[in-house]
Amino acid sequence: MKKTLLSAAIGAAVMGLGSAASAATLDDVKAKGFVQCGVNTGLAGFAAPDASGNWTGFDVDYCKAIAAAIFGDATKVKYTPTTAQVRFTALQSGEIDVLARNTTWTISRDTSLGLNFRYVNYYDGQGFMVPNSLNVKSALELSGAAVCVQSGTTTELNLADYFKANNLQYNPVVFEKLEEVNAAYQSGRCDVYTTDQSGLYSLRLSLSNPGDHMILPEIISKEPLGPAVRQGDDQWFDIVMWAGYAMVQAEEFGITQANVDEMKESTNPDIKRFLGTEADTKIGTDLGLTNEWAYNIVKQVGNYGEVFERNIGQNTPLKIERGLNALWSKGGLQYAPPVR
Amino acid sequence: MSAKNVAFVRPQMLPAEPAPLSIRSVPGWIRANLLATPRDTILTALAIAFLLWVLPGMLEWLFFNAVWSGSDRSACTTIAQGGIQPDGWSGACWAFIGDRFQQFMFGRYPYDERWRPILVGIMFIALLVPILIPKLPRKGLNAILLFGALPIVAFFLLHGGFGLREVETPLWGGLMVTLILSFVGIAVSLPIGILLALGRRSNMPIIRTLCVGFIEIIRGVPLISVLFMANVMLPLFLPTGWTIDNFLRALVGVALFASAYMAEVIRGGLQAIPKGQFEGADSLGLSYWQKIRLIVMPQALKLVIPGIVNTFIGLFKDTSLVSIIGMFDLLGIVRLNFTDTTWITPVTPLTGLIFAGFIFWLFCFGMSRYSAFMERHLDTGHKR
Repeated sequence: MKKTLLSAAIGAAVMGLGSAASAATLDDVKAKGFVQCGVNTGLAGFAAPDASGNWTGFDVDYCKAIAAAIFGDATKVKYTPTTAQVRFTALQSGEIDVLARNTTWTISRDTSLGLNFRYVNYYDGQGFMVPNSLNVKSALELSGAAVCVQSGTTTELNLADYFKANNLQYNPVVFEKLEEVNAAYQSGRCDVYTTDQSGLYSLRLSLSNPGDHMILPEIISKEPLGPAVRQGDDQWFDIVMWAGYAMVQAEEFGITQANVDEMKESTNPDIKRFLGTEADTKIGTDLGLTNEWAYNIVKQVGNYGEVFERNIGQNTPLKIERGLNALWSKGGLQYAPPVR
Repeated sequence: MSAKNVAFVRPQMLPAEPAPLSIRSVPGWIRANLLATPRDTILTALAIAFLLWVLPGMLEWLFFNAVWSGSDRSACTTIAQGGIQPDGWSGACWAFIGDRFQQFMFGRYPYDERWRPILVGIMFIALLVPILIPKLPRKGLNAILLFGALPIVAFFLLHGGFGLREVETPLWGGLMVTLILSFVGIAVSLPIGILLALGRRSNMPIIRTLCVGFIEIIRGVPLISVLFMANVMLPLFLPTGWTIDNFLRALVGVALFASAYMAEVIRGGLQAIPKGQFEGADSLGLSYWQKIRLIVMPQALKLVIPGIVNTFIGLFKDTSLVSIIGMFDLLGIVRLNFTDTTWITPVTPLTGLIFAGFIFWLFCFGMSRYSAFMERHLDTGHKR
């Protein structure tokens, strides 16, 4: 193994390490007949297998939307489970076409890793969970608390920043592994647990008395999670991003999986343009797709709100509220540029 | 003086009597083995106290309080957690294992095609069992079928071809992947290990250096970094569009890794063979390969059976490392299912890990028992 790698390394060095990204990802994808989508190796509500082993989840539905837009068939996706360590390499090397793996969009990832982000499918942020018995209603009352946190993460740094900025004292109880942090909080080693809010909800489910713990309203960091693609292929970038915006736009129009066929008859020019029923429309073909692209996404996957509720919303065990992820018109941040 | 008719001498032998009741009865056995000295008595009491302390809770959690049927998390959660169990309840959630059992065996292998891995499993057992029973004849043919024909047939059955639907390796998972990885690792590492061990003792400098280099490099790197190299770095070096199947990369990594360890175990056996055996073989006019095959290897391998089996068991358990590179072996798929919101409960992770541990234990214990049997079977008087 080592020897093969060495010789391969020497070979690559001699030829010059070219970018592994190929120019026309859309052509490649159409030729092979499926989208290769990088997902999490298991995160409740975002990417997890169901009883028959099919991938389901918020990020998985996003992969399906891309396939629906391109092929008109949401099942034409193959999933590559990626761990946190291999996710970017998998994308750079061309093993996957798009990475939809609850990845935070930061400037360094956008610039130095050779990735492109634009669309945010989930606005996450670091939050706090406390036992109800602590009688705390806001993170600003946490002065002097012992806080369980995972070491070496941005979480730890955000925590220090927040307490320093607000002039609060705290005792960090730091652990290497997430499971250790969970165990420490459950056994009462610390008063407060901090990690991304979406993680707090799934952790709460595994506590022995979920009702005894509350998640505080404060969010102390910005964690915009979204899909990433390789730099250097703008057409593919556009398709991946607009597949997401289309779901948001559909929710704004009130188009759902159930009523999308009726909506096709709508006379509203915005909706006609969106669903590709307007005469001589070129919106879909300019993307490199058919004009039915948005119709296919909504018909086969649903609008943003439907996807949210199905995977992580109030009717699922996770019970995550829309919060920042509500539409802009309802006080959230989900905002799609106009389709015209 | 004749002893024939002496009245006080018994003319025939007495039949053997069973041991006295004080030894063979249950109280006798207890007295002899558990309560022989004050120290033994104290240790026995402590051990019983420990068992009484641990066992009831364990049995209650594992069996009496356990949930055996259900279709989602509500079966294994208390009312406070949104389920149907009384508050304060805790027990194993076997319903979770039952619900996901097929997935634990086959991973995400398509439901309609699962007869294929089952068929491979049946063929594997049908070929493996006769080769393991020393009395049965035709070992050579059996070995050719098991190590030569079966892998080819299994590849086409599992992966597809000849009219069968193609099932890509990312869909493989569960116990199936664990067994394939370990079987290939075991089947490849033994012959390569033998060759490497012989090469390391060879008089030819180039061969010796190559073998030493290979063994030392592979042994000096943790398996996890070999897997990472294969998974993360290899694609960067390959030309655009070239991909090597992830599963194949892991297979090669595991097999090479096991070979290096096997080589050292076998070299230990070779060193234990007295020089006289080599010289005796030479004096009979045997060629090098005849000498190795007929005289040296049979003795060397017999000596290191425990070491070989140790490596096999280690390899079997090491295969669970592939979950780090995004493949789901038995442990990986069990852990993956912890994240499914249908089954998130406080007791699912523990139940799942106990189940995975039990399956691993079954296989390792089986291998260990068989190796003990082989050692006894091959024992030809070297034992001291």
